[in-house]
Amino acid sequence: MSAATSAAFELGDHLAILPIAVPLFGAGIACLMPRPFLAWLVAAISSLAVAVLAVLLVFKVQEVGTISYALGGWAPPIGIEYRVDMVNAFVLMIVGGIGAVIMLFALDTVPQDVSPRLQPWFYAIYLLCLCGLLGMAVTGDAFNIFVFMEISSLATYVMIAMGRDRRALLAAYQYLIMGTIGATLYVLGIGLLYTVTGTLNLADIAGRIEGAYAEYPRAVVAALAFVLVGISLKLALFPLHVWLPNAYTFAPPFATVFLAATATKVAVYILVRMYFGVFGPAISVATLPVTQAIMLLALVAMFAASLIAFYENRVERMLAYSSVAQVGYIMLGIALANETGLTGGIVHIFNHAISKALLFVAIGAVVFRLGHTRINELAGIGRRMPITMAAFVVGGLSIIGVPGTAGFISKWNLALGAVQNGTPFIVFLIMASSIIAVLYMGRFIEIAYFRTPTGDCESARDPGPLIMAPMLVLAAAVIYFGFDTTYSADLARDAARVLLGTAAQ
Amino acid sequence: MSGFDAIATYYNYGVTIFLMVAGLYIVVARGNMIKKLIGLMLFQTSVYLLYLSAGKVIGGTAPILADGIEVYSNPLPHVLILTAIVVGVGTLSLGLALIVRINEAYGTIEEDELFGEGRDT
Repeated sequence: MSAATSAAFELGDHLAILPIAVPLFGAGIACLMPRPFLAWLVAAISSLAVAVLAVLLVFKVQEVGTISYALGGWAPPIGIEYRVDMVNAFVLMIVGGIGAVIMLFALDTVPQDVSPRLQPWFYAIYLLCLCGLLGMAVTGDAFNIFVFMEISSLATYVMIAMGRDRRALLAAYQYLIMGTIGATLYVLGIGLLYTVTGTLNLADIAGRIEGAYAEYPRAVVAALAFVLVGISLKLALFPLHVWLPNAYTFAPPFATVFLAATATKVAVYILVRMYFGVFGPAISVATLPVTQAIMLLALVAMFAASLIAFYENRVERMLAYSSVAQVGYIMLGIALANETGLTGGIVHIFNHAISKALLFVAIGAVVFRLGHTRINELAGIGRRMPITMAAFVVGGLSIIGVPGTAGFISKWNLALGAVQNGTPFIVFLIMASSIIAVLYMGRFIEIAYFRTPTGDCESARDPGPLIMAPMLVLAAAVIYFGFDTTYSADLARDAARVLLGTAAQ
Repeated sequence: MSGFDAIATYYNYGVTIFLMVAGLYIVVARGNMIKKLIGLMLFQTSVYLLYLSAGKVIGGTAPILADGIEVYSNPLPHVLILTAIVVGVGTLSLGLALIVRINEAYGTIEEDELFGEGRDT
């Protein structure tokens, strides 16, 4: 009995490393599986375990505050530290939760793109990507972030290249070039920071950066610029988004759902951590017009990307440009940099993750049935696939920000934050860009419901329970989190307080 | 500090900046996918040099404990760059693998000839 309690105690001690270790070992096991289903089972069990661990981490952080874990027993700041506070516990929960929910979706859709022989490798790659994203979120070491960023990125390139269309290869290559430039710029910035502070531990850098800035202002400003631009490439901030639409369009639907819901979100987290947690608003604001630049690009993204989405003819591309616009909202919250605005930005990481996952699962169901997603060839699809399209409408309403859906909570907080910031015209801009979202979502929904089904749409029907289950869970989540914000906006507010240094100790 | 001293002290940073800009220029200006990858690797190499320059202690030896030696170079940047080189090799090999597949699928690796394939109408 005592052995059991001590084992449980130790497991609790290692809670910070387990979400990384489980998918990493899972990947090694999955690729050795002789049958695709067994590999899927390994991936599903790992994803589920990660989700449970992430939720446990959130509870533990709420209970005991920040968790610091010395990797390999080497004490920070010399050793690598895994540091979990409210902010990254929240991100871990999003990534883990999405990963667990969408696994059923893989079972039906992955065989359409990937041959049975390669499927175990596909699931192994997926687990590596999951491992990399979680690692980026959990680590408190600047160089470790780069390593995990490259693990997740390399896995992402492979997953995108698995798409059935040959253009998937071009999309993967394009993303490889741009993603590597982004990661290299980031590591360049970290190198400069290391040169002037002598440490790679994020908390340690934060403690020394004021002194370093006094002594070497130019190096610190250059580091800030390199880090911000590098991460902005990864999170697809507006003019640096060109890799994203092709990647989302041509990747296998399962990969698209996973990446759209998690990859850019983790990059946003890194930016937030660097901006508020390492450089601190004092240096960021004093040296470069970072806040103004982010706000301007966020606003341009909200309008330009939404307008492009309106003119896109493939649903996935429309949703991809919508993602670029939604990243704009998240960045707007970061640029507002007051508690309510930042809460809006962080909760939108969560709300956009579930809404976009829902939309891509629904459109993945259409791909599963029809194999194409050109809007003008999907006339009347809403009458033949009623549940799928109803779920799509729920996701669309959330992207627009209609009250009663998760998206409304984000925009409400963003609008309040904008008013508190003394810039009420931004509230008007949020409304205006939401109207464009009404147009691009409405255009597709109108064709889907109010035209007579033609061609192969006539014989389409809703997908089986394997796709239906994650779709309905996500749709329920989008509506649920529009009403109960205990686990979304309230956690995001705690995270915002931690970032702004106003947390109740 | 005289001009010559400044050059002698900072020339490695000059090389870093040259490699960086040259690498990025190749990525942007060349349409051949393999040449683009070469540019990308050049760009990454500049970062290796930046880290190693910072880790070098003038007059220091390799960081191996031995009698009679007091000054060592900083080993940490070397370890970091070892990791970065591994990452770079991984990226390069994946990029080349993609290029092979692209060549099989399209019969060309010139972006001019592939241009316009990305859009769907």
